[in-house]
Amino acid sequence: MNADTAILVAISLPMVIALGIAVAGRFSDNLREAVTLFGAAGLAWVVWGMLPDLFAGHRPAVEVSQLMPGISIAFRVEPLGMLFAALASGLWIINSVYSIGYMRANKEKNQTRFYCCFALALAATMGVAFAGNLFTLFLFYEALTLSTYPLVSHKGDAATVRSARIYLGVLLCTSIGLFLPAIIWTYKVAGTGDFTVGGILAGHIGGADVGLLLGLFVFGVGKAAVMPVHRWLPAAMVAPTPVSALLHAVAVVKAGVFTITKIIVYVFGVDFLFAEPSSSWLVYAAAFTIIAASVVALRQQNLKRLLAYSTVAQLSYVVMAAAVLKPLAEVGAAVHMVAHAFGKITLFFAAGAIYTAARKTELGQLRGIGRRMPWTMGAFTVGALSMIGVPPTGGFVSKWYILAGAFEAGNLVAIFTIIASTALNAAYFLPIVYMAWFATEEAGSKAHGEAPPMVVLALTATALLTLGFFFFNGPVIELESQVVREVAQ
Amino acid sequence: MNLLELLGYFNYWVFAIVLSVGLYTVIAKVNLVKKLIGLSIFQSAVFLMYITMDKVEGGTAPIIQKGVENQVFSNPLPQVLILTAIVVGVSTLALGLAIVVRISECYGTIEEDEILDAD
Amino acid sequence: MDLTIHLPVLQVIVPMLAAPFVLLLKPRGLAWAGATSVALLSFCIALSMAVTVAGGGHFSYDMGGWPAPYGIELSVGAFSALLLLIVTGAGALSLLAARPSVDQQIEQERQPLFYAAWLLVLAGLVGITVSADAFNIFVFMEISSLASYVLIAGGPDRRALPAVFKYLIMGTIGATFYLIGVGLVYMMTGTLNLADMEARIGGVTDINPILVAAGFITIGLALKAAVFPLHVWLPNAYTHAPHMVTVFLAACATKVAIYVLIRFDFFVFQANLPGHQLQFSLFLLPLALLGILVASSVAMFEGHLKRLLAVSSVAQIGYIMLGASFLTQAGLLASFAHMFNHALAKGGLFLAVACLAIHYRDLRLDQLAGAARSMPLTAAAFVVCGLSLIGIPGTAGFISKWLLIGAALERGFLGFVLVAIILVSSLMALVYIWRVVETLYFKPAVVEAQGPGEAPLQLLLVTWVVALANIGFGLFPQFPLALSSAAAELLLGHTL
Repeated sequence: MNADTAILVAISLPMVIALGIAVAGRFSDNLREAVTLFGAAGLAWVVWGMLPDLFAGHRPAVEVSQLMPGISIAFRVEPLGMLFAALASGLWIINSVYSIGYMRANKEKNQTRFYCCFALALAATMGVAFAGNLFTLFLFYEALTLSTYPLVSHKGDAATVRSARIYLGVLLCTSIGLFLPAIIWTYKVAGTGDFTVGGILAGHIGGADVGLLLGLFVFGVGKAAVMPVHRWLPAAMVAPTPVSALLHAVAVVKAGVFTITKIIVYVFGVDFLFAEPSSSWLVYAAAFTIIAASVVALRQQNLKRLLAYSTVAQLSYVVMAAAVLKPLAEVGAAVHMVAHAFGKITLFFAAGAIYTAARKTELGQLRGIGRRMPWTMGAFTVGALSMIGVPPTGGFVSKWYILAGAFEAGNLVAIFTIIASTALNAAYFLPIVYMAWFATEEAGSKAHGEAPPMVVLALTATALLTLGFFFFNGPVIELESQVVREVAQ
Repeated sequence: MNLLELLGYFNYWVFAIVLSVGLYTVIAKVNLVKKLIGLSIFQSAVFLMYITMDKVEGGTAPIIQKGVENQVFSNPLPQVLILTAIVVGVSTLALGLAIVVRISECYGTIEEDEILDAD
Repeated sequence: MDLTIHLPVLQVIVPMLAAPFVLLLKPRGLAWAGATSVALLSFCIALSMAVTVAGGGHFSYDMGGWPAPYGIELSVGAFSALLLLIVTGAGALSLLAARPSVDQQIEQERQPLFYAAWLLVLAGLVGITVSADAFNIFVFMEISSLASYVLIAGGPDRRALPAVFKYLIMGTIGATFYLIGVGLVYMMTGTLNLADMEARIGGVTDINPILVAAGFITIGLALKAAVFPLHVWLPNAYTHAPHMVTVFLAACATKVAIYVLIRFDFFVFQANLPGHQLQFSLFLLPLALLGILVASSVAMFEGHLKRLLAVSSVAQIGYIMLGASFLTQAGLLASFAHMFNHALAKGGLFLAVACLAIHYRDLRLDQLAGAARSMPLTAAAFVVCGLSLIGIPGTAGFISKWLLIGAALERGFLGFVLVAIILVSSLMALVYIWRVVETLYFKPAVVEAQGPGEAPLQLLLVTWVVALANIGFGLFPQFPLALSSAAAELLLGHTL
């Protein structure tokens, strides 16, 4: 299979899987879950199969339909998108294993719809990752919002529907209200929206307009959850935990920061933006989000909401890294996408495992739980350390690169924010870890054991990935350095 | 504009007045049949306008006779047009009355305010 | 014999002559079959003309062999071809789906009359579109209007009667205004052929009667087109009409009036009246914006599903007028593309409503709660078409919204305000569509469905064809855009 067709296969395969799940769901649950698992493996095989091409410096591309002159549905794979796609498709396998354990143990209803929409969300994620221009990106960005809506509203009761309304409302309002005009503006001034090395806007726009356009993009891409458009992410926590884990820690939120990074690198152009003083506010906005979200996280009592606010903060790391506008920091942004994905999916898996085994959702209930669920809390600890950035976890690697980039740019705000937020991260994660392992359990609490084996298997795997990424991050950095080299040429 | 000129537009004055009377009736009357009467008056005004404009001073019926040169004819086209428009007007009136009959069957009244109250 | 040159006239006379024959088809189902095959034939004719026109062709036909301007000319260019596609497509598809719903709403012995009237509406709308003669347009307008009054009043809902009476009064006033305008122009120029009118107005010394005529014609047609604030007849008429009639009329009826309005303006007045372009633009722009905002806000709080969609039509007409009021290539392109895309979206939505109505007699929102559980496919089709109406990328509605915003951005500072209004109204559309979606999917059911399972296959299938067309034309919009673009060029080329 050549890499050009592989793009189309990667996007259409999850849709076919969704169809297969819908059909298989009518016959048996086992068949349906087999389709999910094999489908996920198949997608990973297709996506990872494109990696050698990318390392060799090829940029596979394909155009599907030219809608209007200059506006087409087209795909082009570049290192950032490749990394994102490889990450999402790889974690989908682990997440599917986890989903099966979680959904069965909790006896959730409408499981066929759940797996179906999950596959569709992955199709949209692939589309976002491989999009060759702004128009295509927007198309799949919205498809991702819509396909995850049924997952968020899965439970269907009044409170869930209300949260799901916030989710959909914030994401669609920002994207239609800000992102879309920004895209059309870009097409108008630049005559194109194709992602081009070095950007397309240089020379077409200048002064305050640059800052304004950047603002439309950054706040329009609500999925990046830069405050004040972060409200949807805590709201999305009403979804079943596998959704929070893969979609709201990896696919959807990463689609947001990925979009912003891609726009900075391939639409504005790093050098153009660096030279433009009106764009400097972005670092402040991201820094504010990091600190504010961390402070809010300190006050959360619900484990999943705490993780959500932690995600809001961590996402802004990526935005800030991209906004530092130095090559090293762009690498850091990409690496942080991976490191955070591994760490946060582990944390969510652990939260879901605790809910499945013990029905516990609040922090106060977690006293001494480590002794009952050693695997789960072990993985949780690894994830938490990665969030803080303690070696030997993946979080340390990305923080290193972002800091290095910030020093290169001499950006004191960024340096200070990273240090301050590290302290804050430690302040809200370490007490949980301490409580789980060392506090004595409340008297009279129900005896329970570990979560179902498939759940434990999945969270152990991601915890190992978090640790492994500290040691084996060479290929990722190599791949992303290509972006830097391309720009330099 | 002197008096003669004003009188010269006599037909158009009538057109304007009849048109206004018709439109007023349609808007102001509550009874549906009276509304339809107003509508018919309104349309008739337009017929008058068309008929007026086809008149050519000293013109006769537009029939070409052998051996007569330089005859002045009235314009036949507006008359043809307005024949069609009259047919349209009659059909509209008929349909409107049919609807009023149905309304009276269903609601037991043809007063607009009472119909609005009924639903 | 080459039939191709006769296509414009066949387009009109096939449905018109077929109507009385349909009356004779008394046996059960035959009238439907006859009317549907005729409508499909019309659609094929329209499609073949559209393909020719998109390739740069043009049709002109002299009725009875009398050349224009003395005889009546039928002409089909890009603009009319686009409208013909919309009209015949809406007519054919809704007829194809109509049978189960019509069987439910119209008694068996009145069905031949119903289908005959349907064909007359189709013939009238098509006639307006192909005719190049101002008076002929009036006659066809009245044929289609009279027949559509019959269709709307034909259902079991008694509230349709006052609604249709109001429609009849306002429609007749609109048509008569148009007639006065045409009479005034004729008085000054002595011609009824649109092209000839344009040429001759140039030679008219006293321009005042033409100005008055332009006013009468614009107001009259705006009434027919339900341009805000002349739309008051529309919501009730669409709400209480038989469901399939709503599908047909909502998809195309008002658009034909807009077509005449735009055509008259560009073909006849703009080249001749000084400052007319500005007046046209200044007349339509505020009304369009008000219509968009007011109607969208009303729709957000509307409690009856059909009326909600009907009110939303008023807002969507605003979009079409907004694009037209720019008087630029991009604006007209957006306007025409939206005619096509809105017909798809709103037609699909009303089809889904017709599906729901099979099992739910009362279409108030609170009564429809939980309907998605018993009719999942219908509800899904509603969601797809609803997304298209909102303008979510990947659907047809997005294409027109994209074009409209692009066109608005060309207008400098005012453009930013317009873009803001368009975006705000899109979000309002999101609100009113999502209210329905949440009701269908998440609210606990209040009333039981009156029958088990989905809508009849025939109805459901057509609904999904339209829903998929919304996606198809969102990803591959080349053909309608080519027609729209050619139409915009045609109109602009005419004024300059």
